[in-house]
Amino acid sequence: MDFELNEDQEALAEGVAALCEGRFDIETVRLMATDGLDRGRWTELAQTGVFSLTRPETDGGLGMGWAEAVVVFEQLGRALVPGPLVATTLTAALVGLADTTTIVETSGLDATEIGEGAAEGSIVVGALQRCDGPCFVEFAGWVDGLVISDDEGLWWVEAEWLKAANAARAAHPLDPLTPVSVVSELPQGRRIADRNTAIIWRQCGALLTSALQLGIAAGATDLAVEYAKQREQFGKPIGAFQAVKHRCADMITRVEVLRAAVYAAAVTVDGKGVDDPSRCVAVAKVLASSAAAACGKDAVQVHGGMGYTWEVDAHLYLKRAWVHDLAFGDGDEYAEQLAGGLLSG
Amino acid sequence: MDLCYTEAEEAFRDELRSWLKGVLPDVGPPPTDHTDLKARRAYDTQWQRILYEAGYAGIHWPAEFGGRGSTPTEHLIFLEETERAGAPYVGVNFVGQLHAGPTLIAEATPDQQRTHLAPILRGDHVWCQGFSEPGSGSDLASLTTRAFDDGDHYVVTGQKIWTSFAQVADYCELLVRTDPDVPKHRGITWLIMPMDLPGIEIRPIVTALGASEFAEMFLDEVRIPKVNRVGDHNDGWRVTMVTFAFERGTAFIGEIIASQRLLADLAKVAQKVTRGSARAADDKGIRRELGRLEAELDALWSLTKRNVSQAQRTGMVGPGGSVFKLAYADVRKRMSDLAEQILGRAGLAIGDTLDLSELDHVGERLYTLTLTIAAGTSEIQRNIVGERLLGLPKDR
Repeated sequence: MDFELNEDQEALAEGVAALCEGRFDIETVRLMATDGLDRGRWTELAQTGVFSLTRPETDGGLGMGWAEAVVVFEQLGRALVPGPLVATTLTAALVGLADTTTIVETSGLDATEIGEGAAEGSIVVGALQRCDGPCFVEFAGWVDGLVISDDEGLWWVEAEWLKAANAARAAHPLDPLTPVSVVSELPQGRRIADRNTAIIWRQCGALLTSALQLGIAAGATDLAVEYAKQREQFGKPIGAFQAVKHRCADMITRVEVLRAAVYAAAVTVDGKGVDDPSRCVAVAKVLASSAAAACGKDAVQVHGGMGYTWEVDAHLYLKRAWVHDLAFGDGDEYAEQLAGGLLSG
Repeated sequence: MDLCYTEAEEAFRDELRSWLKGVLPDVGPPPTDHTDLKARRAYDTQWQRILYEAGYAGIHWPAEFGGRGSTPTEHLIFLEETERAGAPYVGVNFVGQLHAGPTLIAEATPDQQRTHLAPILRGDHVWCQGFSEPGSGSDLASLTTRAFDDGDHYVVTGQKIWTSFAQVADYCELLVRTDPDVPKHRGITWLIMPMDLPGIEIRPIVTALGASEFAEMFLDEVRIPKVNRVGDHNDGWRVTMVTFAFERGTAFIGEIIASQRLLADLAKVAQKVTRGSARAADDKGIRRELGRLEAELDALWSLTKRNVSQAQRTGMVGPGGSVFKLAYADVRKRMSDLAEQILGRAGLAIGDTLDLSELDHVGERLYTLTLTIAAGTSEIQRNIVGERLLGLPKDR
């Protein structure tokens, strides 16, 4: 057992961190709030292999494990890189796999092309769990297709419908970097994958989202700690006061516990663990949902009044944390799943 | 990065499991009278002797000092399996096995090592710890128990507190003030004190739980031979800190496994307790908190494996231990709150919950109060994490 990053994984994390620092610094990311999704940057991201990470090598992907994907997504989360990163990666990895070909044939869609496009960055894909009634759709005006998951499989909704949905875009999305549209009803879509693929889709989606949340929690903690070292009141850095220091200690504690959970889930999904993957992912998502939001709130608090301004980044971490809590199943949903396991045991 | 065990590790686990299966039925349950410390000592040291004879004593001690020299991962497996099998807890052997023994290995003279290490491993000698004082808790280095130089002896006078199992111990690892005129960390000396010397008086401390292995220890001109000094005169603080280098992230493994069992049992209790026509388990709030706590414990088990892996690579855990302890104490207190919520009025008696459970959820509720206090309060742990891990400035 060696539950630490290996050299390649460490290099991968450093590489993505450097990429984000150079090409997705916070100023650039903030500009994307006005421009929506910058397709040029998206393609650039695709060229580094982000969306091909877990796509099988036989399909031209990098064929890496979910552990590597988690390492990369942690960095993307930390940099607050916007866009449907998870759904696009899942599409490149899962859509067009051999066992879904029969469904693909009957639906008349070329899922192979969709998968390829997602990997290359030419097709951007959003994701949503099917729900009744009015529905909030992210990035409707920017994605080329939407994958809806439900108990029967995965369903593809094309850009035409999304264009219409985009007209109903909310003027003030909670997270300025995550535009949302309010639509009265979701279309059925065309079935592109079976039930089992949908289960894996949801599981891996929750896993990668947890990794983004881990990055958010860690990024918010770094922001708060740096500020606590520099900001002086009563003649000393505020981080010297236990009231502030202990809040920061609680932040990093949440981050480290969450990191253990996310990495454990990833290696287990990769078949390098001893537990049930579905259970491990549930654990990660439960902790990710609470830790990311809690660290976001604490980052605001450590900054005092400045933490409530648009200018300081603290609110961006918190808002993104809230967005991710609701993606691929929220914390409560997975807590119920885990309770179910305990109560039937 | 993986969570798989190697073939050698799995073989170690299998061998240990089958050995435990064979030996545990003869060991029997621990004594039920918590105030009978002699019975407790007899039970715990008997188990230590059994471990010794099977080659499992001092699992993490180096082989040259009679230990098994296991890797941190094997140590993890050992603690996991013994707890899962319901084997006796380290109990009265705690200080000898996990603190005094490792200190002697690192710092004692060959003579001292020959005298003390083997009896600790065999369960012949029980050790206690004379560190804390009424005036020196979190600020341990401010201790004032005074040792005067008297030829080939130190003459020690003062008061110690929280000395677990002092009543039944053979030796005490004792910190004394040998120089009050230098900065506090530089005037402390580490001594081996035989507990049968004249001038030692022990008074038990009754805790909020009602009974206790804790004691106060009053020292009145106790004459301790200088050959019992470990490390140099006035070098006791460094000797004490060296012991922490032995920590390999394994300290709470038994507790984590026991907590998982406790939570699983709480889920069963929640299915038996009813409120009107509904079971406690049907309450959505209770269900979700059960699920969240299950997630927290699972993550802490993973964090343990991370810390152990780090120890395996680098030989140290560092502030990761403080991070773990902070999170663990918090989770256990939340478990206690949930137990309170589930038990309702059945929580009004310790150790007797209307046959709802074999386990004592009410007693655990009181026990968890110690988790944010003992072995470094959560406030001190947060200082350690804030200053050593995050690099925040000290408030001095």
